[in-house]
Amino acid sequence: MSVKEENKNPAETAVKEKKQIAAKLIPIYIMGKRYEVPEGLTIMKAMEYAGYKFIRGCGCRGGTCGACGTVYRKPGDYKLQVALACQKTVEPGMYMAQIPFFPANRAQYEFADLTSAPEEVFKLYPELFRCVACNACTKACPQGIEVMDAIAALKQGNIAEAAQLSFDCIQCGLCTSRCFGELAQYHMFQLGRRIYGANILPRAEHLIEMVKAVNEGRYDQILDELKHVKEDELKKLYQERESEPMAAGEDWKPEDTRYL
Amino acid sequence: MKTKARNLEEPAVASMEVLGFKLEEIPRWNCCGAVYSLAEDDLIHQVAPVRNLIRAKEQGQDKLATLCAFCFNTLKRANLLMRENGEKRDTLNSFMDEEMDYGGEVKVVHLLEVLRDEIGWGALAQKVKLPLRELKVAPYYGCTLLRPREVAIDNVENPTILREFLEALGASPVDFPESTRCCGSYQIISNPDDISEYARDILNSALSHDAEALVLTCPLCDYNLGQGQKELMKKHNEFKEMSLFYFTQLLALALGLDPQVCHFELNYGSPELLLREKNLLS
Amino acid sequence: MSVTISPKRLRREFVRKVKELSGQNLQLCYQCGMCSGNCPVASNMDLSPRQIIELARLGLEEEIANSKTVWICASCLACTVNCPRGFDLSKVMEAIRLLTLRKNIDQIHPEDISPQERCELPQIAMVSGLRKFTG
Repeated sequence: MSVKEENKNPAETAVKEKKQIAAKLIPIYIMGKRYEVPEGLTIMKAMEYAGYKFIRGCGCRGGTCGACGTVYRKPGDYKLQVALACQKTVEPGMYMAQIPFFPANRAQYEFADLTSAPEEVFKLYPELFRCVACNACTKACPQGIEVMDAIAALKQGNIAEAAQLSFDCIQCGLCTSRCFGELAQYHMFQLGRRIYGANILPRAEHLIEMVKAVNEGRYDQILDELKHVKEDELKKLYQERESEPMAAGEDWKPEDTRYL
Repeated sequence: MKTKARNLEEPAVASMEVLGFKLEEIPRWNCCGAVYSLAEDDLIHQVAPVRNLIRAKEQGQDKLATLCAFCFNTLKRANLLMRENGEKRDTLNSFMDEEMDYGGEVKVVHLLEVLRDEIGWGALAQKVKLPLRELKVAPYYGCTLLRPREVAIDNVENPTILREFLEALGASPVDFPESTRCCGSYQIISNPDDISEYARDILNSALSHDAEALVLTCPLCDYNLGQGQKELMKKHNEFKEMSLFYFTQLLALALGLDPQVCHFELNYGSPELLLREKNLLS
Repeated sequence: MSVTISPKRLRREFVRKVKELSGQNLQLCYQCGMCSGNCPVASNMDLSPRQIIELARLGLEEEIANSKTVWICASCLACTVNCPRGFDLSKVMEAIRLLTLRKNIDQIHPEDISPQERCELPQIAMVSGLRKFTG
């Protein structure tokens, strides 16, 4: 194409170029069937491009709900890979299947009756002891959690460590699908995190104090006064309010100290 | 060790420090599986103990000391497998591709071996501040320290290591015929009534040789004998209760450490009462 | 006990599998009975260890399946260290157990263990028990 022609119709050229860029397609295999999908799409978008519709479960599309767990292989590689369909971009030759759900044992319990003892986990999930430390769960985790280590922590009675290690868990169930011992790791972790949060983590003292102060009526007077202020006056109060400067020290006080 | 068997671990760590050894816990350890898999084709159950050996290797250590006899057995047998069977070693290393290769570079020992071979009974006796005089304690080995022959830390038929240990601490060891008889092990899960029977045979034998207490190396033996004893006392009022000690507790006591580190409250029997009678506890 | 030995009842496949899984030569056993004598739990077994080996050698799978002996075995290895022929019985016991467990026929279920026991048992009891009795 000569320079002259290009300058004559830049808009048309731009559209042509855009179409050419958009047309770069790569092959992927969804449940064994080959599809050509545009490069750069996430697995989820690629599946929708191919004509699949997600009518239930999927999902938050933000990497948090755990409904789009995907296992795939690359051509010529025996290794199993895992990803979240809403996060992972497609690669040529990806051979995949979704595991949106995997049956997992979930113990029934009244949380309010539980203590912080590690035995609570042993009682509710005795299959915890079937773990053989094969590490298949860790390899199957799309969040990069050290699943085997967290299960080991639960076995050792260290709920705090298990809770911390499993913090990023989105309950996708891929670990459970690969588990040799038939454990439902993510349910055990959830129990661990609940026990940790409710019974083990120290309470924020300043929060307790503040709530107490509020309940004792520290802010009743100002709230009462504000309720009786007219709208215009309220707007003026808001616009003219004092704000703590960025560089304020510990001992900064506002000029109006009536409500402190 | 962090929950129910604190009374095995804490006195061990404290005692070894006094003896000049720092016991470092290997990071990221996992449960070794407790029992060694006896099937020829089973490799998945070797993964857990081998992984722990790899952790020890990662720390640059050439020795892994265990406190619990049950784990000692599993780890040592797995280690021998990795050393002797090239095909299985290669398969396991290939399977655990996220770990470094392992070929048996670490040596697995039980703490009693460390006491006997690296410290020596004479040197240990010299460090004893509170000789456990008149404490008639029967050494109970159980199975895992002595069987199979390739892992045994002492003579399989006539072990003497615990006797020597107790003598170094100034105690009076009481030999009895059932000291290497199995406590029933995992049968507590499936046939708990049988466990009471085995406990009865072992404890009766020790009692008939005038033992006042038993010294143990394994938390499962402790549970089986302790619970078995409880059942016996329920059924037979005249059954004389014995105190069950871990060898590390007696070690800490004899070295003059604060008894709190022993956590006697977790023991079966009435260990503090017995120790007070012998003027070994204030 | 009386056992009928006939070509129709001898299960060659069973013998082959036991030999493979245990790595032991069943022909080594000369039925001296040292194993049974040393076994600390033999009093609770219906068939003695010695009898199990003989039945295994002949491939009499049915008698072994009807016996609870292999499930009473505590893997204490007293038999193994005392066998004059160096035969490892503990491996044969394990092989026979596994032939059942690998068919997904568990001998105990975690629900059978009371919640209180699950709290009190040392973890190694649960781990080893589930290993030996579940597949």
